[in-house]
Amino acid sequence: MPEPLLEVCALDAYYGDFQALFSVSLAVEPGEVVAVIGANGAGKSTLLNCIAGTIKRRCDAIVLGGQAIGDLPAHAVVARGIALVPEGRRLFPSLSLEENLLIGGQLGRPGPWNLARIYSLFPALSERRHVPSTALSGGEQQMAAIGRALMSNPSLLLCDELSLGLAPIVVRDLYARLPAIVAEGSSLIIVEQDIAAALAAAKDVFCLQEGRLALAGPSAALSREAISAAYFGA
Amino acid sequence: MIWLNIIIQGVLTGGLYAMFAAGLALIFGVMRLVNIAHGDLIVLAAYLALVTIDALALNPLAAIVIVAPVTGAIGYALQRGLLNRTVGDDLLPPLLVTFGLSVIIQNGLLELFTADSRRLSAGAIEVASFPLIEGISIGVLPLVQFIAAIVIIGGLQILFYRSAMGRALRATADDPSVAQLMGLDNRHVFALAMAISLAVVAVAGVLIAIRTNFDPALGPARLIYGFEAVIIGGLGSMWGTLVGGIVLGVAQAVGAQINPGWQLLAGHLAFLAVLAVRPQGLFPKVQG
Repeated sequence: MPEPLLEVCALDAYYGDFQALFSVSLAVEPGEVVAVIGANGAGKSTLLNCIAGTIKRRCDAIVLGGQAIGDLPAHAVVARGIALVPEGRRLFPSLSLEENLLIGGQLGRPGPWNLARIYSLFPALSERRHVPSTALSGGEQQMAAIGRALMSNPSLLLCDELSLGLAPIVVRDLYARLPAIVAEGSSLIIVEQDIAAALAAAKDVFCLQEGRLALAGPSAALSREAISAAYFGA
Repeated sequence: MIWLNIIIQGVLTGGLYAMFAAGLALIFGVMRLVNIAHGDLIVLAAYLALVTIDALALNPLAAIVIVAPVTGAIGYALQRGLLNRTVGDDLLPPLLVTFGLSVIIQNGLLELFTADSRRLSAGAIEVASFPLIEGISIGVLPLVQFIAAIVIIGGLQILFYRSAMGRALRATADDPSVAQLMGLDNRHVFALAMAISLAVVAVAGVLIAIRTNFDPALGPARLIYGFEAVIIGGLGSMWGTLVGGIVLGVAQAVGAQINPGWQLLAGHLAFLAVLAVRPQGLFPKVQG
């Protein structure tokens, strides 16, 4: 059993008095792709935001490479090697595409990714580099958001709903690039509502239901019935 | 000919107003902070220059080199220690806190320096002038001030749109929470913005203190010119701020020519006219 890259240990998360996550635990091994699925409001994005540090959490609830990092603010978590592709892409509107990528790499963490490598991963971006990010298509924006996160050379990349609002053919194209990202040494956590895409891409699947872990296991071994029961509740 | 002269003098004065406004526009643009104490910080910079000049027997223009880094450091500390606690979705807390700060600065200066009005003396340059064409001469000092304004605003424009620091400032202005995900510490970025703003304030504060008298209560009058220039210019570009300052300066000069009592009124009327006809300003920020 290899040492896990990331461990989430009995994580609780709150929005004010509302509890969004109840004692969620999972582990990601180096070079592994993990999918988190669940219905709307199940707590998937909350889980990613807790890992990335934009939501307050217990210090020992998030452990990266054996170190508890739950007390770090988001900007320090990036420096440790966890990057988030936020839901809805959220590029910086007053920056050009290339400036968005550059701001992603502004910490200067060493690693395989740089502007040239991002453009060769997503060739469609390279001729659009000086276009304002608001003028990009949805698919291009999603590529740019992934590229921006990769520019920090993360050991763990968190992808929140890559398929949101995109045509199926664009989604298939995006998912086809993920193995190239894993091949460079990053682990991935993918949050998806598109279960088929998530199952195809990930080795392990975790299903959240109303803030609790309802199902976990290798994606190949889970039956559709088990997933649908965990997804919708019995 | 007399009107051309008035317009030129108005343009030159406008450069000063633009410098007041540039610092205000920068921090409002980056962190939605309306700094009511901005005018008092301009006056504070003038007093800092006064102390520096007394202590080191410097020319006021040379004192800028010392005062600007000092006010920049004050700005960084002020933002980190106090104002960062107030910025957020609500505009009101920073407004109230900087209003309090304004009162503190005014009364602190009054206590230390009395209510006497003061002036920085720059020597012969104050009265030097050269003829531009027949009948129009330009003062060297107003020209130096105008050139300083252009250099500062051009410098800010380059800093903001061409440098890595500017990229960080714009990204944080766009979306502070996603900027954190890029490894940017908002508290530090905001403090840098305030430091730049107050360094610019120092230049403006010293330059105007050479030209007109100042006393501890003058801050709010400075502030309103800055606000008006920002609103006339819009938040889309630093050059807009320069145009805003020039519009204000020319309106005041024209008003003063018609009737000396109309100088301030004419400036405010120009501001109100822009607000009524083009409330987004002459160079508005492009919405994403």
